Amino acid sequence: MAATRALAAITESPKVRLALLLLALAYILFFLVLPVVVVFTEAFGRGFTYYVEAVSEPDAQAAIKLTLLVAAIAVPANVVFGVAASWAIAKFDFVGKSFLITLIDLPFSVSPVISGLIYVLMFGGHGLIGPWLDQHDIQIIYAVPGIVLATIFVTFPFVARELIPLMQEQGTEEEEAARSLGASGWQTFWRVTLPNIKWGLLYGVLLCNARAMGEFGAVSVVSGHIRGFTNTMPLHVEILYNEYNLPAAFAVASLLAFLALVTLVAKAILEWRYGHELAPVHH
Amino acid sequence: MTLSFTRRALAIAVGLMLASPSFAAERTLLNASYDPTRELYQEYNKAFAKYWKGKTGDDVAVRQSHAGSGGQSRAVIDGLRADVVTLALAYDIDVIAERAKALPVEWQSRLPHNSAPYTSTIVFLVRKGNPKAIKDWPDLVKPGVAVITPNPKTSGGARWNYLAAWGYALKANHNNPAAAERFVSQLYKNVPVLDSGARGSTITFTQRGLGDVYIAWENEAYLARDEFGADKFEVVTPSVSILAEPPVAVVDRVAERHKNRDLAEEYLKYLYAPEGQAIIAGHYYRPRDAGAAASAKVKLPAIELFTIDEVFGGWKKAQAEHFNDKGMFDKIYKP
Repeated sequence: MAATRALAAITESPKVRLALLLLALAYILFFLVLPVVVVFTEAFGRGFTYYVEAVSEPDAQAAIKLTLLVAAIAVPANVVFGVAASWAIAKFDFVGKSFLITLIDLPFSVSPVISGLIYVLMFGGHGLIGPWLDQHDIQIIYAVPGIVLATIFVTFPFVARELIPLMQEQGTEEEEAARSLGASGWQTFWRVTLPNIKWGLLYGVLLCNARAMGEFGAVSVVSGHIRGFTNTMPLHVEILYNEYNLPAAFAVASLLAFLALVTLVAKAILEWRYGHELAPVHH
Repeated sequence: MTLSFTRRALAIAVGLMLASPSFAAERTLLNASYDPTRELYQEYNKAFAKYWKGKTGDDVAVRQSHAGSGGQSRAVIDGLRADVVTLALAYDIDVIAERAKALPVEWQSRLPHNSAPYTSTIVFLVRKGNPKAIKDWPDLVKPGVAVITPNPKTSGGARWNYLAAWGYALKANHNNPAAAERFVSQLYKNVPVLDSGARGSTITFTQRGLGDVYIAWENEAYLARDEFGADKFEVVTPSVSILAEPPVAVVDRVAERHKNRDLAEEYLKYLYAPEGQAIIAGHYYRPRDAGAAASAKVKLPAIELFTIDEVFGGWKKAQAEHFNDKGMFDKIYKP
């Protein structure tokens, strides 16, 4: 009797538990599963041939190519930066370290639209260095370089944020051992540090890539929306939607959704297989 | 290290774009336009490319950029390299001339009809059967009528909508500005959401199902009716509306930099040619050419129209009084 009462005090009655469980499942169904299903059913609504046409017409192809190009530049840039920054932050002490960490987090706390506007204010016709660029016929915003810059900015923290806690947790003993055995800095990095962080790094790259391909707000501000030229996939989806071309909009959107699913699966595999080697804190 | 890497990556990116074969070996022209002209220029660009090929033997690819007219004006000032601008109202091109000095201030006299190859006006789109019985402007301020119109700060169409309502109220109240202010402010109390461009508002009304009446460009209203079927929406033409003259202009500085002046000028002139006028009429704009209007598949109804010069003393004055910061719109619209 006393035991039952004690149990009742720490767990809810079966009915309440069932209700909560169903509520959680319904929530996931409505807000996560259903939208993904809708994207794919709408995308294939007019048949497979229409789908193939929608994703292979020249403007869609240009958008896909541009998105891949942007990710192919932004992700490696942020990997190099992320590894360098987290190595410095986790393994060394220096003045301004917490300031640097705050700075790395900045793109997370700034609205993407502001991130885009920063570049317009810098490189725009009336911006800080805009007139100089214009004289030398260099175009940054409303062209591919601006899109790349804005994407690098918004995806800046992903790799570093993933690696910093992981590297801090691992400490510096192994590196110190390597150095005491005569390894150079470079050897220590390649042979000791990198193998230790490889799964965390891959995890950061996945997140960074997903955001780089999916970014809308910042890219929208600097793109200029030139069809077949400065439209990335998310922008192309918006254009198609605005032109009442729903099946095509959903077809291109489904490519992005598919990418997101691949990312999620890869992320799940990483967590399941190498969970103990990943950082203790995840986003 | 990061910086030099970024710079190298940028160099590679630029190199790739330049080397990409699909962008080379033809002349390209960028047309920065306002929101509802997408379908018009899709068709017109094909016709023009054919015409240009026949005339010069060169291929021409016209690139399009569409957004709210005010936003596009801002983008061109900030460095969007449009060879031509085809915007919703003259003021948005005036600003490019004044602030960026990218074309002469007297640009509007360079082409016939104030540089506007077609006119349009503002009408209402309602749901099938017109359940709220919207017939004319006074019906928009009735309690319980939700009105959809975009934001006049960013959208040219929205400014025409606003001025059309204002002009109607002046006419109905013996030119009493206080009465017009009351009418328009009551109208905007019935507006649940302001989109940034006309096409956004069309989507809000037609696809998201918000609102009872959408104050729209005439062409946008007919296009939406065509797109979704006459069994979904009806176009209501009010008793009086405003004569909208969406102008076009070559952006001299950009066109010269691209060595595109001949191409850009011909691109705009061809809008006035019979072929251009017929395409314009086909998209529910009112062509300047009476013949093109007469042979259009839908005859747009005759409507009493007032001009912005008559009622508001021109765009500069209207813009300063109504739409600039702390202007009339800021006074009457409190979200």
